Amino acid sequence: MTVLHRPRVHHSRTPDPHSYPTRSYDLVKEFTIALVVMTGLCLVLAAVFSSPDDPAITLAGWAKADSADVVATATGELAGTTTSATYGAPYNDASEGQSVLGLKLQKWGGARLALSSADLVLQPLHGVSGDPALTDALGAWQAMSPEDRTAAATAYADALAQAPDGAPAQVGPGPYGPVPELATAFLGLARSGGLEGSLTSSGTFYGGDETRAMLLLSDGAYLEDRAVAEHLGGDQWGMMNEVGNYPGQPWMWLYTFWYQVKPFSTSENADAQVWLLMMVLTLALMFVPWIPGLRDLPRWIPVHRLVWREHYRQR
Amino acid sequence: MTALPQDGERRSWTVGVRERTARLVPAGQILPDRQPAYVASWIYVFGVLTISALVVVIASGLVLALGGALWWHTSELGHFVNSVHLWSVELFFATMVIHLWGTFWMAAWRGRRGLTWVTGVVAFVASIATAFTGYLTQSNFDSQWISGEAKDGINSIGVGSVFNVLNPSQMLMWHIVLLPLAIGIIAALHVLLVRRHGVVPPLDDERNEVTS
Amino acid sequence: MDGVLTAGKYVDWGVVSISVTNLLIIIAMVVVFVLALVLPFPHPHQPADRDQEERS
Repeated sequence: MTVLHRPRVHHSRTPDPHSYPTRSYDLVKEFTIALVVMTGLCLVLAAVFSSPDDPAITLAGWAKADSADVVATATGELAGTTTSATYGAPYNDASEGQSVLGLKLQKWGGARLALSSADLVLQPLHGVSGDPALTDALGAWQAMSPEDRTAAATAYADALAQAPDGAPAQVGPGPYGPVPELATAFLGLARSGGLEGSLTSSGTFYGGDETRAMLLLSDGAYLEDRAVAEHLGGDQWGMMNEVGNYPGQPWMWLYTFWYQVKPFSTSENADAQVWLLMMVLTLALMFVPWIPGLRDLPRWIPVHRLVWREHYRQR
Repeated sequence: MTALPQDGERRSWTVGVRERTARLVPAGQILPDRQPAYVASWIYVFGVLTISALVVVIASGLVLALGGALWWHTSELGHFVNSVHLWSVELFFATMVIHLWGTFWMAAWRGRRGLTWVTGVVAFVASIATAFTGYLTQSNFDSQWISGEAKDGINSIGVGSVFNVLNPSQMLMWHIVLLPLAIGIIAALHVLLVRRHGVVPPLDDERNEVTS
Repeated sequence: MDGVLTAGKYVDWGVVSISVTNLLIIIAMVVVFVLALVLPFPHPHQPADRDQEERS
């Protein structure tokens, strides 16, 4: 079908592989052997080393392990000072979010998953019945103006921060409005297991979307504390790592590398900047065949002379 | 050779597709039983090892699908299959990267094989995305932490509402349906291109070679 | 559930911090790559057939 031609030097063309001498080989047998070897290897590695399964942090578990964190987080949600409350798109318009090269990509995405951080606390509490003190506190909160709410919650948050171990019991009286009752009730609800599932974003019988529950958990310190203890933190090359001594994701080395060095390690726009940089580098890898210099590296560093040494010897 | 269409100038779509398909790969080269003599190095086995690893990844994934997304937490067999899935993914990436190293130093894009290189890189990137959604699908502490961190990266470029890593029911579907389909198609195209153009000849066999 | 969790073993060198497992994986990959290049490839029983160039 294709015309066989002798390579002509002055036309500088990569030779046709079919113009070379050939030897017979069994492709199907080679693939079968490769598959058997690979399967065996995977079975052995799985049997010897297994895989990790650290249980998910339940909201009840969080409450039992770090009750002060739960109270502080609930207070922060009411004060509008948590990470989610000040995040920006896609959850709200509280911030412009990140930009890179002047492109406000985060903001342009829009608040299409709009949610209220205060409702992460208030919605589950509204579902509680048979607690008159809580009902009163919720009523008082509803009656307050937004400015008064912020002032009360912020004051309580500051008091908690100054209390030893952030313990609510160590906080004296102050201009906190119903916030202490709300935060304590929230902690009790969490401890009892009543929070599990109540924040799934679908809001119906079937769950599946954990956005709201995850935002609440991420607003606290406990999740990150656990992760950092497992060497999974952002400035610990965490993207590459796995819990314990299990194999991680070595292929993420370059993506996470940038977060470890300036200017990214101290940049508020690090995520967007690193993304753009990695996009450029990925495109560079993709278009290597057309990039002068990069595409010539194999000629300058002749690793190929090892691959084809038999061929060169016989030529 | 097929008979020319009988009725006037009208061209059958079927004939068109059939003839295009037949021309994709030279006759006898889809499953050849001969290869150029210069293909004589262990580096050449890493392409087929990568495909083999992918087969084990998919097979173990199919077994996990039988039990459902939460099965492996409560079943010893399920946990073992999950382990096979994890290690086959590690081997998949290891062999794929070694294959990339090899094909780079052989400048395997030469002789109009640039698209082969491009599909390889796309397969690599798609594999990373697939593995990422897999980590989100574990329904354990890892998933919580990874989703919490990754959301910041994805939100920062404005696509977080479309691709919501905090939504396991969405991430599961991407992981078991959309992305494996994409990888399958890209990998098939990649192998097809290798069969179409043949294994790249050695460097330095031509002076002043055009690179692509 | 809240037993003391200890991270795995890590190697720290300047800004680099890598798990021992990941490091071993990467080292193994490099070793395998080098071996693939230098280990002799078994010769088939029949020599390469110069008289029957494949025409396609």
